[in-house]
Amino acid sequence: MRARRVAVRAGTSVLVLWGALTLAFAALHLTPGATVDAIIGSTTVGPQVRQQIIDDYGLDRSIPAQYASYLGHVVTGDLGRSYQLHEPVTAAIGARIGPSLQLTLAAVGLAAVTATTLALLTARRSRVVRGLASGTELAGVSIPVFWAGILLLTVFSFQLGWFPAAGDDDLRALVLPAVAVAIPLTTMLAQVLREGLERVLDEPFVLTARARGMGDAAVRLRHALRHAALPAITLLGWMLGMLIGGLVVTETVFSRQGVGQLMLGAVAGKDLPVVMGVVLLTATVYVVVNIVLDLVYLAVDPRLRTTA
Amino acid sequence: MTAALVAAPARRGRFAPGVWAAAVFLVLLAVAALAPGLLAHGSPNDADTMAALQGPGAGHLLGTDANGRDIATRIVHGVRPSLLTGLGAVGLAVTAGTLLGLSAGLGGRVVDEIVMRAVDVLLSLPNLLLALVVLTILGPGTVNAVYAIALYLVPGYARLVRVQVRVIRTSGHVEAATSLGLTRLRIIRRHILPNAFAPLLVLVTVEIGIAMVAGASLSFLGFGARPPDPEWGAMLAAGRDYFSVAWWVAVFPGLAITLTVLAFTVVGRRFQLRLEGRTA
Repeated sequence: MRARRVAVRAGTSVLVLWGALTLAFAALHLTPGATVDAIIGSTTVGPQVRQQIIDDYGLDRSIPAQYASYLGHVVTGDLGRSYQLHEPVTAAIGARIGPSLQLTLAAVGLAAVTATTLALLTARRSRVVRGLASGTELAGVSIPVFWAGILLLTVFSFQLGWFPAAGDDDLRALVLPAVAVAIPLTTMLAQVLREGLERVLDEPFVLTARARGMGDAAVRLRHALRHAALPAITLLGWMLGMLIGGLVVTETVFSRQGVGQLMLGAVAGKDLPVVMGVVLLTATVYVVVNIVLDLVYLAVDPRLRTTA
Repeated sequence: MTAALVAAPARRGRFAPGVWAAAVFLVLLAVAALAPGLLAHGSPNDADTMAALQGPGAGHLLGTDANGRDIATRIVHGVRPSLLTGLGAVGLAVTAGTLLGLSAGLGGRVVDEIVMRAVDVLLSLPNLLLALVVLTILGPGTVNAVYAIALYLVPGYARLVRVQVRVIRTSGHVEAATSLGLTRLRIIRRHILPNAFAPLLVLVTVEIGIAMVAGASLSFLGFGARPPDPEWGAMLAAGRDYFSVAWWVAVFPGLAITLTVLAFTVVGRRFQLRLEGRTA
């Protein structure tokens, strides 16, 4: 039963990746204008150079043949060469992934800690506290990340001068972008956790724990949190998967040289191999995170180990 | 379940003033979109270089930008393009998503599998990334931005409609209709679509705000509306160059976007509460 579930899961993952690959290939060939013109870009070249490029990239082959060789290359880890950076796509992404990864982990970590604290403190409290919490949460999800970023920069960089306004070389430069990204994440997580906690606090085993003389804080931490954590972990994993390639706006606001900035330059320059490289990276992260999550569930919820 | 029933009236009561404020704000937005002249005087592109980068105050309520244009006027005139982006993208997405959801829910297993796996692929990518792929292929521009945003909203509607169809299809009254020999089209039109309407309405309301933010984000990145058009995202982007000296240029357009999303979310949630109240 377990083995079958894992197999189905792996099969679905492969399908998702194959879909993303095919989407990538279709995008490369759906672009108006010949691929060769995109590679040449704005420079003028003679017919020989043009023919050379067509030969080099194998652009005169049939579409199925090109598709097959594209699949073959990607499977072996070759994402092609960037049209405008004149380097392999994997190298371009590899050089930029550091700042994006840092920001993703910092933001998700910050959101997880803050949301857990908030949820533990506000679940099943007075109506005023909960009203305040849900009002803040509503505002939190509604603030677009670029505006949060600009507000943070205005106050903490330009007015108070506490943090640098741009860059990605020291940890101080990581604080403001991490907070900006973490705001909507925190509110989403806190909502899910709080709903989970409130549901769990009604369960008979919580009453049992209280009857044993356990204090409120201990009940929340030792019993309720673990139960409420499952949906939150799902959300957390989804966030991790979405962030790596989804930081375009934040990286623009804070001038961080990450994958998002690479993506932005590639979109403006119609550099499709890079664009699709980022897409494939993101889809892969998403799939891997989902598989890891399945294992995390088993660790968090012992019931799943036997029945599923 | 009983807790939810007890909690529901209190919740409604508490949110009522907020819901009213949101509704009033949405009416103002509609007025600004239809007749911006009623809420702001002058043209959004009236430049007065002598009054460049003036702070908020009596002459210019929200200050002026680097070209001496009145920010309040530009924000009011920016409602129409933002709202058109939001409505256009959601309209397209609802149409395409409903068709996909119906074919997945009513078609055979094969159609269902194909549609839902395609939806999975789309959902495995961050929203903005997907929109940027579309814009790489189509090129930048406001109309292309609408297509790009619509594409990433489609999966949500497809899933929603599919689930609704599955639930309703197996319910008694549709089985009765089928056994009475009603045609498929008639069953879809008379029984399935009306039942799917309420949850769709909730999603649409919330997502108009989301689509407007997406449109502003794309303009902010330089792929949607371009300056000098008075579009919120483009204004924010232009304000970035000055925000060490003139915070109001970027902050107020951002505030307008935030309040708009907030208003749509509040009204959408209100619809949701009513919907849940009805089905509970």
